[in-house]
Amino acid sequence: MFYRENGQFKTSYAADQQIFTIAQDKWFVWGLIAFAALAVPMLADEYMFRAILIPFLVLSLAALGVNLLVGYCGQITLGAGAFMAIGAYAAYNFMVRIDGMPLVLAMLLGGVSAAAFGILFGIPSLRVRGLYLAVATLAAQFLCDWAFLRIGWFTNHSSSGSVSVAKLEMLGWVIDSPTEKYLFCLAFVIAFAFIAKNLTRAAIGRQWMAIRDMDVAAEVIGIRPMFAKLSAFAVSSFFVGVAGALWGFVHLGSWEPAAFSVDRSFQLLFMVIIGGMGSIMGSFFGAAFIVILPIFLNQFLPLLGSLVGVTVSTAGISHAELIIFGSLIIFFLIVEPHGLARLWSIAKQKLRLWPFPH
Amino acid sequence: MDMTDMNSAATTTPSGRRQGEVILDLQNISLRFGGVKALTDISFNIREHEVRAIIGPNGAGKSSMLNVINGVYHPQEGRIMFRGQQRQKMEPHMAAQQGIARTFQNIALFKGMSVLDNIMTGRNLKMKCNLFQQALWLGPALREEIVHREKVEEIVDFLEIQHIRKTPVGALPYGLQKRVDLGRALAMEPQILLLDEPMAGMNVEEKQDMCRFILDISDQFGTTIVLIEHDMGVVMDISDRVVVLDYGKKIGDGTPDEVRNNQDVINAYLGSGH
Amino acid sequence: MAFFIETMLGGLMTGMLYSLVALGFVLIFKASGVFNFAQGAMVLVAALAMARFSEWSNAALGGDSLFLANVIGIVGAGAVMFVVAWAVERFVLRKLVNQEGATLLMVTLGIAYVLEGLGQTFFGSEIYSIDVGMPKDPVIMFEGLFEGGVLINKEDFIAAALAAVLVAGLTVFFQKTAIGRALRAVADDHQAAQSVGIPLNKTWVIVWCVAGLVALVAGIIWGSKMGVQFSLVTVALRALPVVILGGLTSVPGAIVGGLIIGVGEKLSEVYLGPYVGGGIEIWFAYVMALIVLLFRPQGLFGEKIINRV
Ligand SMILES: Nc1ncnc2c1ncn2[C@@H]1O[C@H](COP(=O)(O)OP(=O)(O)OP(=O)(O)O)[C@@H](O)[C@H]1O
Ligand SMILES: [Mg+2]
Repeated sequence: MFYRENGQFKTSYAADQQIFTIAQDKWFVWGLIAFAALAVPMLADEYMFRAILIPFLVLSLAALGVNLLVGYCGQITLGAGAFMAIGAYAAYNFMVRIDGMPLVLAMLLGGVSAAAFGILFGIPSLRVRGLYLAVATLAAQFLCDWAFLRIGWFTNHSSSGSVSVAKLEMLGWVIDSPTEKYLFCLAFVIAFAFIAKNLTRAAIGRQWMAIRDMDVAAEVIGIRPMFAKLSAFAVSSFFVGVAGALWGFVHLGSWEPAAFSVDRSFQLLFMVIIGGMGSIMGSFFGAAFIVILPIFLNQFLPLLGSLVGVTVSTAGISHAELIIFGSLIIFFLIVEPHGLARLWSIAKQKLRLWPFPH
Repeated sequence: MDMTDMNSAATTTPSGRRQGEVILDLQNISLRFGGVKALTDISFNIREHEVRAIIGPNGAGKSSMLNVINGVYHPQEGRIMFRGQQRQKMEPHMAAQQGIARTFQNIALFKGMSVLDNIMTGRNLKMKCNLFQQALWLGPALREEIVHREKVEEIVDFLEIQHIRKTPVGALPYGLQKRVDLGRALAMEPQILLLDEPMAGMNVEEKQDMCRFILDISDQFGTTIVLIEHDMGVVMDISDRVVVLDYGKKIGDGTPDEVRNNQDVINAYLGSGH
Repeated sequence: MAFFIETMLGGLMTGMLYSLVALGFVLIFKASGVFNFAQGAMVLVAALAMARFSEWSNAALGGDSLFLANVIGIVGAGAVMFVVAWAVERFVLRKLVNQEGATLLMVTLGIAYVLEGLGQTFFGSEIYSIDVGMPKDPVIMFEGLFEGGVLINKEDFIAAALAAVLVAGLTVFFQKTAIGRALRAVADDHQAAQSVGIPLNKTWVIVWCVAGLVALVAGIIWGSKMGVQFSLVTVALRALPVVILGGLTSVPGAIVGGLIIGVGEKLSEVYLGPYVGGGIEIWFAYVMALIVLLFRPQGLFGEKIINRV
């Protein structure tokens, strides 16, 4: 009864182009942001922050980046983990090698470094697509795995191979409690989500989608495939790189190359598939789903097992996880390529008509 | 004698439409795909403001001809003169920059986008804001978006598709998709508009609408139109000059009346069962 | 010199195994246009099934006949691969006819996960062994040519021979038999194949079965060499650059590509590795594939990729 557009007439094209064309949507998102920024810090405990909320935020940011490339521009990538790694290690090097380097700037520069490599490994996309591109991005993955493990310079010749940042500090604010870390990540995620939204509804976003949907037609109306594809690689890798820096600096604290392995790359791709390709909201759904599912299964399966009188081993749980993930990926690709985000918007459609369905 | 006449200034055509200078001159074009000869030594020209039809049986090479004009295919032999200058080998987006737009035989819309967004992509070449301005969506980017949105709304009105503005194009019936395809090309404000079977698969009423749009485009904007069409009635009605292709060769060229009475053309059409 | 040849032969043997996995990729790609990321998972499942079925039947037979147990194992694993092929066609491929390559690729990632999960749930997730009586002892060759000769594993020899027989068999199958030709027709054009009356679904099941059998052979060879364990799935990632190098549509390409990469990997590791800190095996193949992609996207032996408008 309350969620509808009646009585909200658009009087100008500017108004019609706003992010949320229904006022309730707008309030919903602002409300959500307010809730995340004000209420969550008071409600959540340390475990929630460490195990769920911070990983969720950082992976959402990375998934957002992957979604720009895969969902909006239609270029597949199996190397997102590598770009997270580049972001993290580049930011680390900016921090340790330049005196007085501000934290946020180092992270953004990490993103810029990732963007540069994104462009480099995106070059094959000008000639090949689909599987072939997947192989090119995998090449990035394995090269990075190796480089950060074997080339001492990147880790500042750390003897253990793992690196860490001493103190997270921004303009005198020392970020050390889980709540502060959470808020720090949240600020990044909100800012980047708005940037992503803006880009996707602007000319560049239309170029990406045009290339995704019908590349020949796109070229015929004057879109340069090179610019469109490489810009998608750059922007996407920038997002992913910043997420990598957050993952290393804020979530892990100290890390090894294995933190950004090919499994991470697959995981990010799955978030996008399950959450919804070509949807900002979907990236968040996907990240939430993949962060929460294992935790849920860990609690739920042993319980279910004890009901029917079998003990569920940890191995059993991890196998169940594989089966469930795999089935969901197949399910979404076949039945609902727009993922959870589409289910969400269908629910909204229903709500718009509620309580009178006809 | 013939040549000088072809290149001299404006003449009027049977339809009474103004016909200008030669804007595009195709000389001895040959195009092969491996062993398949899609086009063999074809020459014809296109004059400003005219409606130029290309007809011929299936597989004659009509679509390939359009693909050559807008740079999707590169002919092995021949020259293309654009406004009197020889055109270098070029990519489709460069042709677009020169003001050549087209629609497709098999609809090639961006199926994940709404009607408005599809047409907006046609404005792409005219939008100049950089990535950072777009990322922040303030000032210049917003203003630019609105200016072009207004242009697009004009096209939407012109094509009478206001009611489906926000519909994803994939959900539209065939006839309307063809119209959106035309709208996207029009949004480029082209000088030359290439239409590849814009009326294929339409019912009589839809065909009439489409004919009206094509004539209006020609009259109101003075756009040069190159049209591929199988429906002879339509071709004879709306075109100024007609090129006839068969098996990749040119077998006729002239006004609709001349072509209609050309013996080669009659044979080709009778021969292939049309 | 002897060391060089030893390294090279070692590379050739590994390469042969890559070729086997790559062959599975090529078969499925040729017939269904799907790039099957689950090939590695299929190798794992096949090897697990083989190891466990023979282990169980060996126990049931009281350890009398290893040969019989192995036969039961192979038959059982073959049956499992058939079920996999059938299920993949029935529940996945059938619903994705005419979808884009990228979607199909991602769906096989899903299939891989499901297979890995199910396989380990049914057959367990420890390290198992396969013993098909392959001789483990090394032989020394070319003693006359070099001092000390060249050291080779007999097992590797037999494996290579097996792989060669398989490849020859498959080539004959594709070129000479009616079914093989039908499979190729499907690959060339789904719609055309359907319109001349080739049942698409059936050919897909067949080709996934064949790929399953190839996976079984690869699984047996690899498993008897190094034990059956989860890390088998990574061979898919190792063999992926092979098909890019050889060409996705070419059976000989898969073989030659596998050998080139097997040898290249070993040689580069031995002769180049020390200078850059070692471990370059991991990316060597991928960088080679990347270079091929940039200059000859269809691979050494593949058919040219044409995009039609
Ligand atoms: N990309 C391509 N690769 C190979 N052959 C092609 C390609 N494009 C066109 N051809 C061939 O060129 C010839 C002409 O094709 P074209 O599409 O230009 O014909 P058309 O006159 O438009 O026919 P229709 O009326 O059926 O649209 C055909 O034999 C076709 O098979
Ligand atoms: Mg055509």
